[in-house]
Amino acid sequence: MNFWDYLGSRHQQLLADAYQHASAVFQCMVVATLLGVLIGVVTYRSDWAGNLATTATATLLTIPSLAMIGLLIPVVGLGVPPTVIALVLYGLLPIVRNAIVGLRGVDPALVDAATGIGMSRLARLARVELPLAWPPILTGIRVSTQMLMGIAAIAAYASGPGLGNEIFRGIASLGSRNALNQVLSGTLGIIILALLFDAAYVVVGRLTIPRGIRV
Amino acid sequence: MSETSAAAMPTPAPDEGDGARAATGATIRLENLTKRYPGSSEPAVDSVNMEINAGELVVFVGPSGCGKSTTLKMINRLIEPSGGRIRIGGEDVTHMDPVKLRRKIGYAIQSSGLFPHMTVAQNIGLVPKMVGWSKARTAERVEEMLDLVGLDPGEFHGRYPRQLSGGQQQRVGVARALAADPPVLLMDEPFGAVDPITRDHLQDELIRLQHELHKTIVFVTHDFDEAIKLGDRIAVLRERSHIAQFDTPEAILTNPADDFVSGFVGAGAALKRLNLTRVRDVEITDYPTVTVDDPLQEIFNRVRASGTNEILLLDRRGRPYKWLRRGDLMRARGSLARAGTLVNDTVTRDATLRDALEAVLTDNAGRVVVTGRRGEYTGVVDMETLMNSVHELLEADRLEAMENQHELEEARGEQTRQAQEGVGGAAGGAGGGGEERA
Ligand SMILES: Nc1ncnc2c1ncn2[C@@H]1O[C@H](COP(=O)(O)OP(=O)(O)OP(=O)(O)O)[C@@H](O)[C@H]1O
Ligand SMILES: [Mg+2]
Repeated sequence: MNFWDYLGSRHQQLLADAYQHASAVFQCMVVATLLGVLIGVVTYRSDWAGNLATTATATLLTIPSLAMIGLLIPVVGLGVPPTVIALVLYGLLPIVRNAIVGLRGVDPALVDAATGIGMSRLARLARVELPLAWPPILTGIRVSTQMLMGIAAIAAYASGPGLGNEIFRGIASLGSRNALNQVLSGTLGIIILALLFDAAYVVVGRLTIPRGIRV
Repeated sequence: MSETSAAAMPTPAPDEGDGARAATGATIRLENLTKRYPGSSEPAVDSVNMEINAGELVVFVGPSGCGKSTTLKMINRLIEPSGGRIRIGGEDVTHMDPVKLRRKIGYAIQSSGLFPHMTVAQNIGLVPKMVGWSKARTAERVEEMLDLVGLDPGEFHGRYPRQLSGGQQQRVGVARALAADPPVLLMDEPFGAVDPITRDHLQDELIRLQHELHKTIVFVTHDFDEAIKLGDRIAVLRERSHIAQFDTPEAILTNPADDFVSGFVGAGAALKRLNLTRVRDVEITDYPTVTVDDPLQEIFNRVRASGTNEILLLDRRGRPYKWLRRGDLMRARGSLARAGTLVNDTVTRDATLRDALEAVLTDNAGRVVVTGRRGEYTGVVDMETLMNSVHELLEADRLEAMENQHELEEARGEQTRQAQEGVGGAAGGAGGGGEERA
C-alpha cells in the first residue's frame, strides 16, 4: 500500500488523532501561558526571583521528555494527566523568559509616568506594562507551541492522545507493511499542525498587538 | 509618627458639574524634606524647606545630580521621603494614599512619557477616566485639552504617539498632565529633549497656559535661561538640594547670593536681565510726526519747527513709514516718495528690552519706533532712554534682592533656633512604601 492509499483508508483515524493532538497542545498552551505570565509578573521586579524562575524552567526543559513522562506515570497514572502536566511544564520556559524580558524592557520613563499620573500597581501592570510586553510574550508563546507540538507526540507513550500514537504504532511494528506510512503520516501531521498554529499566531498578533506599537 | 492624615486634598473639587471654574493652584510647603537612598551615606536631598505660593511657577535649577528630580518626585511621592513633611493646600499629604494624591497632581516628564500603545485621546483621557468622569465628559475634555495646547483635535485625536513630532508629543504630555484639572503640576525637564526652536515655542505656550490657568507649577530644568524665562521664582539648588537662592529671576540676576549662584547665572547677567523687561515698562518718548496725507507745506513747517533733527512720517493707517531729516525734502525736490529713509525695524510694546536694544544698536541713528498692536506708531525708544531705564531697573532689583536676602537670613536664623529647641523636629516618616524601584 503506498502512502496515499494509506492516508485514504485511514483518514478518519488520522483526523481524530490530529484533532486530539491540536486540542491537547492548545489547552496546555492556555494553561502554560497563564502560568508563565503569572510567574513573570510575580518575579520580574526582583533580580534574583526573575533569574530563579528562568533557571528553574530552563532546568525542566533539560529533562528528556520520555523520562519526564516516565517519572510522572507512577505519580498521576496513565493517559491525559501526565501528558498535560509534562506539556505545561515544558511550555513554561519560553513564556516565562519572554515575559520577564518583556516586562523588564518596558521603558522606565513610562513606568514612572504611569505611576506618576496616579495608576495603581495593578492598573499599571494591566494597562501599560503587559500591553507593552505583549509582543515578546506572544513570541514566547509561539516558540512554546512549536516545541509542544513535537513533545506531545511522546504522550502516546503514556497512552496519551494525539498523533504520537500513529508514530509509536509504526515504530512498534517496524518492518511491517504500514510501519513507514504510520510514522510518516504522524510526523507530517504534526508538521502541518505546527504550521497551522503558526499562521494562527500571526493573526492573533495582528488582532492583539496595539496598532501604536506594531512594527 | 502617627499623623492624622486626611484622606482627601482640599481641592475646590471641580469634578462634578461641568462648566465649573478650573481649579487654580494650591500652596505647596516642604518641611525638612529629606531623602536618603538605601546604600548611600549622604542624603540625596537634605532637609529642604520651601514654600511655594498658590498659582506660582517655581523653577528648580541646579547642576546634574543635585537632587532636583528627587525633590520634585517627593512632592507626588513617586519617591517616598525618608523624613520631613509635604503639605499641599495646607493638608499634610506625607501619609495619604499616594495613588489618590497623584491623581490630583499633574505630572509631565522629559520624553513626554506618552504610552505608545494608546492614541493621543486615550493618553489624555487616562486620568479623567481613572477619577471616574463619564465617557462623554472625558471625550469632551480631551478635545478641550488638545485645543488648549494648540493641537487640532480632529487631526491629532486618533494618532499614536509615534506619529507625532517631539514637540507635539510634549504638548500632548502637558495636555495629559492637565486633563483632570489638578491644582498642582510637576514638570521634570519637560522640554529637555526637543530642539531649541521648538523648546522656545513650548516655553511660550506654557507661559500662555499658566496665564490662563494659574496652576501651582514646579518645573525642573538645568537650563538657567529656561528658568529665567519661565519662573515667577527660581530656586537655585546646590548639592543635596540645598537652596542656594530662592528668589525672583530679576533678583537672582542682579544680586546672586554667592559665587555658586553667580557661576550658575553665567556670563551676561545684565543682558539676560533685559529679557525680563518689556518695552512697555520703560519710558517711550513721543516724536513729532506727520502723515503722508498732510500737505507738503505743513510737513516743511513741522520739520523746521520740531526741535529734533528729524520727524517721523506715518502712512495712511498711522504706521511708521519714513524718517525725514531737515533738508531731505529739499534734496528730493519735494517728493515724499523719494525723500527720507525707510523705517525698516520696529518693536512692539511687548518686545523684550533685549530685542529693543538689538534694534537700537543696528539702527544707524540709535533709535527704534515702538508700534501698537496693528503696527501703528506709539512712540520711540532710543539709546539714552534705554540705558537710563536699565540702570533704574538694575538698581531697583538690587534693593529688592537685598531686602529679600535679609528676610531669608532672618527666617533661617529663626529656623535654626526652632530646630535647636526641638520644635520643628524632622519627623522620620517610616517611608519606603514599595512604590519606588531600586
Ligand atoms: N534610585 C536611586 N538610588 C540611589 N541613588 C539615587 C537614586 N536616584 C537618584 N540617586 C542619587 O541622588 C542624587 C540626586 O539625583 P536626582 O535624580 O534627584 O538629580 P537631578 O538633580 O535630577 O539630576 P539631573 O539634572 O541629572 O536629572 C544623585 O546623586 C543620584 O545619584
Ligand atoms: Mg533629574
